[in-house]
Amino acid sequence: MNKNDYKDIWIVAEQWEGEIQEISFELLTRGIALREQRSCALNVMVFGDDISERELRGLLARGADKVLFVKDPALKYFLVEPYAAAMLDIVEKYSPETILAGATSTGRTLMPYVAVKAHAGLTADCTSLEYDSETGDLLQTRPAIGGNIMATIKTPGHRPQMATVRPKSTSPAPILKKRGGEIVVETTTFTPISKIKKMKHIPNEDEISIQDAEKVVVVGRGLKKAENLPVVRAFADEIGAALGASRDVVDRGWLSYPHQVGLSGKTITPKLYIGLGVSGAIQHLAGMRTTENIIAVNIDPDAQIFKVADIGIVGDMFEVLPELAETLRKHEVKQ
Amino acid sequence: MRIIVPIKQVPETKSVRMDESTGTVIREGVESIINPLDLYAIELALQIKEKLGGEVVALTMGPPKALEALKEAVAMGVDEARLVSDRVFGGSDTWATSDALSEAIRKIGNFDLIICGERATDGDTGQVGPGIAAFLDIPVLSYVNKLAEINDDECVVHRLIERGEDVSSCGYPLLLTVVKEVSDPRLPTLRGKKKAKNLDIPVWGEKDLGLDASLLGLKGSPTRVAKIFRPKVTRECEMTVANDHTSIEAACANVAEFLTRRNLI
Ligand SMILES: Cc1cc2nc3c(=O)[nH]c(=O)nc-3n(C[C@H](O)[C@H](O)[C@H](O)COP(=O)(O)OP(=O)(O)OC[C@H]3O[C@@H](n4cnc5c(N)ncnc54)[C@H](O)[C@@H]3O)c2cc1C
Ligand SMILES: Nc1ncnc2c1ncn2[C@@H]1O[C@H](COP(=O)(O)O)[C@@H](O)[C@H]1O
Repeated sequence: MNKNDYKDIWIVAEQWEGEIQEISFELLTRGIALREQRSCALNVMVFGDDISERELRGLLARGADKVLFVKDPALKYFLVEPYAAAMLDIVEKYSPETILAGATSTGRTLMPYVAVKAHAGLTADCTSLEYDSETGDLLQTRPAIGGNIMATIKTPGHRPQMATVRPKSTSPAPILKKRGGEIVVETTTFTPISKIKKMKHIPNEDEISIQDAEKVVVVGRGLKKAENLPVVRAFADEIGAALGASRDVVDRGWLSYPHQVGLSGKTITPKLYIGLGVSGAIQHLAGMRTTENIIAVNIDPDAQIFKVADIGIVGDMFEVLPELAETLRKHEVKQ
Repeated sequence: MRIIVPIKQVPETKSVRMDESTGTVIREGVESIINPLDLYAIELALQIKEKLGGEVVALTMGPPKALEALKEAVAMGVDEARLVSDRVFGGSDTWATSDALSEAIRKIGNFDLIICGERATDGDTGQVGPGIAAFLDIPVLSYVNKLAEINDDECVVHRLIERGEDVSSCGYPLLLTVVKEVSDPRLPTLRGKKKAKNLDIPVWGEKDLGLDASLLGLKGSPTRVAKIFRPKVTRECEMTVANDHTSIEAACANVAEFLTRRNLI
């Protein structure tokens, strides 16, 4: 393997029913910063069946040099075998130096599958990326051991070097006017077979999932009973936040599992986390401590959650919440 | 139905301590447990066996001590177990781990399903499951939160994805990675514990798996840890007590001010 045979940064864009997903734009932000360091091209691969030129142009407008759209009915939605085959084709043909994908259910399934077949190094869930200017090794930093430590991983002897990037760990690349770039549409050169058959999709009842939300209001056992939920839900709706829960809340059936934050639930990195009656057990912190801004309300001044919070309010959530809602409402009006 | 469940022994999270001076994790004296997310995989496998008949084999790669994890799985009702253990496997990243485990699975042979946990609480990559599937060239359905139907020819599962659930069907051989919601793990039984005590668990090393030495352990791992450090604690919690009307008002005004400052409202 000669490292010099590999070049350029490629990101794996995601589409849903033909619409490019936000994570793709976040990956472009990463890619743009890295392109600067490496003076190379930033390319996008996207798999699908029906994606409009307008959607593809959006990727160029946000900073990509080239968009390669692999088009096939078998690529309409994510299925690991045809997607991996399409991606391996690109690895073979273009020898990418670096491949970034989102640490989403798709990225976290596709990337390890492809990395094995390409004998590439893969780092999961990166929060920061940077090149070592001498070796061209990508220094990939990720939280480890429940966010207690950070580890920087590199792939010194293999290419491509692959990483999945945490959603919401950076902002989406803005649209720049007047950018050139090339769109290439390719059909698959292999016979795309999938042993898996997708039968149907059941959409979430909530509009935004806790992993996609910019703001998340999380309730803990301090909620006391399910009947108290509507107050919290109303508050979350009002400030445009998704509703999350500690494990104890999910185990009691007050909210369903997709709401669970933590070690055995979801890892979230929203811009804002507001914890209400959450004690901050280590397994819970593992899923949220890398959030940028953390506010916690807890009646117990010694609650662990305060150790990771920016703002801690020692008080009864049911007394604080109405006042907080009111204050923020007034604030909106004033603005 | 023959089901293989790869499980990992991990340090109990609660007891993880940090050496503040070096920023490394103290491993001595730390209790080891089965990766909690693997318990859901074991439980699902046992339920499938109870429905369709067959056998469940637990498999782990780790130090000799990892036998404990296998014994616990047997105590829960798993029929057989295999330990992959050899010094040369030390320092394996997810590529090399998937390689060794998939080779062990080939050696166990004759399987229909492989069920992995979604991720291990220590490595926390979730890459080994799909990695094993790639080595074995079989499909993978990840983030499974519900087994809707299963028979000897195929199964139908729900996958928990960002915007909802995908329902998919697939025949065998197939690998699943499962999330917590998929099952409610049972406790070990007395009978199971007895069985575990007497069960002979084969230990396989490099020679038994016949792997290319250059692809093992640290040597076979594309990734290297370049640096470990403690995240900067930039956070200093600003605490306010809010126990009467005035202090609650003040605390909320403070929050509003904070949110404005950070451009969140
Ligand atoms: C293997 C394993 C995996 C786990 N995974 C997860 C996980 O993914 N996510 C997770 O969350 N947990 C997880 N846990 C559980 C975790 O250890 C804690 O038990 C859990 O997080 C506690 O939830 P809680 O904070 O809601 O409840 P509690 O710890 O009971 O805390 C409730 C808090 O509410 C406060 N309170 C009570 N009344 C009020 C009020 N009126 N106003 C304000 N505050 C009030 C109390 O002071 C207390 O701090 C896991 C545990 C294990 C062993
Ligand atoms: N050393 C190991 N031995 C057996 N199974 C493992 C091992 N490492 C990982 N696994 C399996 O792969 C899953 C994902 O682990 P990871 O990729 O390390 O997060 C775990 O839940 C296990 O099912």
